[in-house]
Amino acid sequence: MFEIFQNYGSQLWSGFGYTLLSSLYALIGSLVIGTLFALFEISPIKPPRVIGKIYVEIFRNIPLLVIAMIFYIVVPQYFAKIDGFTAGTIGLTIYTSAFIAETVRAGIESVDVGQMEAARSNGMTYIQAMRFIILPQAIKIVVPPLGNQFINLVKNSSVLAFLAGFDLMYQGNIIASTTFKTTDTYFAVGLLYLIITLPMSYLMRYLEKKWSTEGDEA
Amino acid sequence: MNTFAQAYQWVNLRYLLEGLWITVEVSVISIIFSFLIGAVFGLLRYMKIKYLSMIVGFIVDIIRNLPLLLIIFFTYFGLPNILGVRFNTLWATIIAMTVFESAMLAEIIRSGILAVDRGQMEAARSNGLTYWQAMYHIILPQAIKKMIPPIVSQFISLVKDTSLATIIVLPELMYHAQVIYGQNTNFMIPMFLALAVLYFIVCYALSLLSRFLDRKLSEA
Repeated sequence: MFEIFQNYGSQLWSGFGYTLLSSLYALIGSLVIGTLFALFEISPIKPPRVIGKIYVEIFRNIPLLVIAMIFYIVVPQYFAKIDGFTAGTIGLTIYTSAFIAETVRAGIESVDVGQMEAARSNGMTYIQAMRFIILPQAIKIVVPPLGNQFINLVKNSSVLAFLAGFDLMYQGNIIASTTFKTTDTYFAVGLLYLIITLPMSYLMRYLEKKWSTEGDEA
Repeated sequence: MNTFAQAYQWVNLRYLLEGLWITVEVSVISIIFSFLIGAVFGLLRYMKIKYLSMIVGFIVDIIRNLPLLLIIFFTYFGLPNILGVRFNTLWATIIAMTVFESAMLAEIIRSGILAVDRGQMEAARSNGLTYWQAMYHIILPQAIKKMIPPIVSQFISLVKDTSLATIIVLPELMYHAQVIYGQNTNFMIPMFLALAVLYFIVCYALSLLSRFLDRKLSEA
């Protein structure tokens, strides 16, 4: 395994960079789109609620690979030329946004309505109540599952390997097929994925525990 | 419209459905195996047995944090070097899916049991039940109610993730669709539409099942 790092280190780290970059772009994109559709879903008016529901149900129930492949082979054929990295990142963004919409919707719905009313009747303005009462509670509910979505995003970004997206998995496959040291290469690739996902996963578990026990004491 | 009619001629549809059958077959076998293994690992980790639970927890955490695609590659290309046996694509996929999904399920099952109030176990024990009686009659029935929605969504992920096995040329739905539009690029849009619809039907049926079970259990 050390041999792989010695000889192909730069190739692996470049893949690591692309994986991280694609995950970050997709995280930002899917947070924006996901929050938007979450707001659609809790809207008091029916049309946006229906649109939100349809969007979430469609993209949660179709494989990421199918969505990514549509952007990789159908879109260039009929619309615009895009490379594998962009196609994969767009696919990841759309797929993940459906999950984030569900997470955010559940988070907003779980803060008790009485909290806002109580804050307002204690003389706070709407902004103050949001800033000091509602958001701190909503964030504690939403951050751990969002963190887990980011971990999924990093893992799912390996579909870029299907699309020549220069990510970690793609580079790993190239190294594996040129050296024939498949076992060592996949161990090295796995180690690099774990560098991102394992600390994130422990951090989220810690936050989840910390914030849920704080809630009990209060 | 003519291309659609051509793309959906019976030969192609039957070929797609054959792929769907492999997808369902792989999913069902992996679901059964990974549920059993996941339950054992989840319980072992929950029980806090010295060393054993720690080792199980470590393995589960490592596998959960790796991409499934990497595990599929490793099972198909890497494992034969270590074990000296080569699996065919079907079994390589089933093994890889089972390894990955049982780690995911172990964590769901463990946190489901953890979510049941500690007082329940203490109350059951002080009423004279043994550990296993308390587990079976008091803790697990409550835990299962909390676990069903995340377990079913994990199964939905599993069905969707079988599409990754195209990369080792498992002749499942995604691969068969690729073969068809590979012969005629005009079939691309019809094929992707068919893929979306077929996967959606299977996955949405599962999520309806989850909602049904959820309602049934909260009535009980």
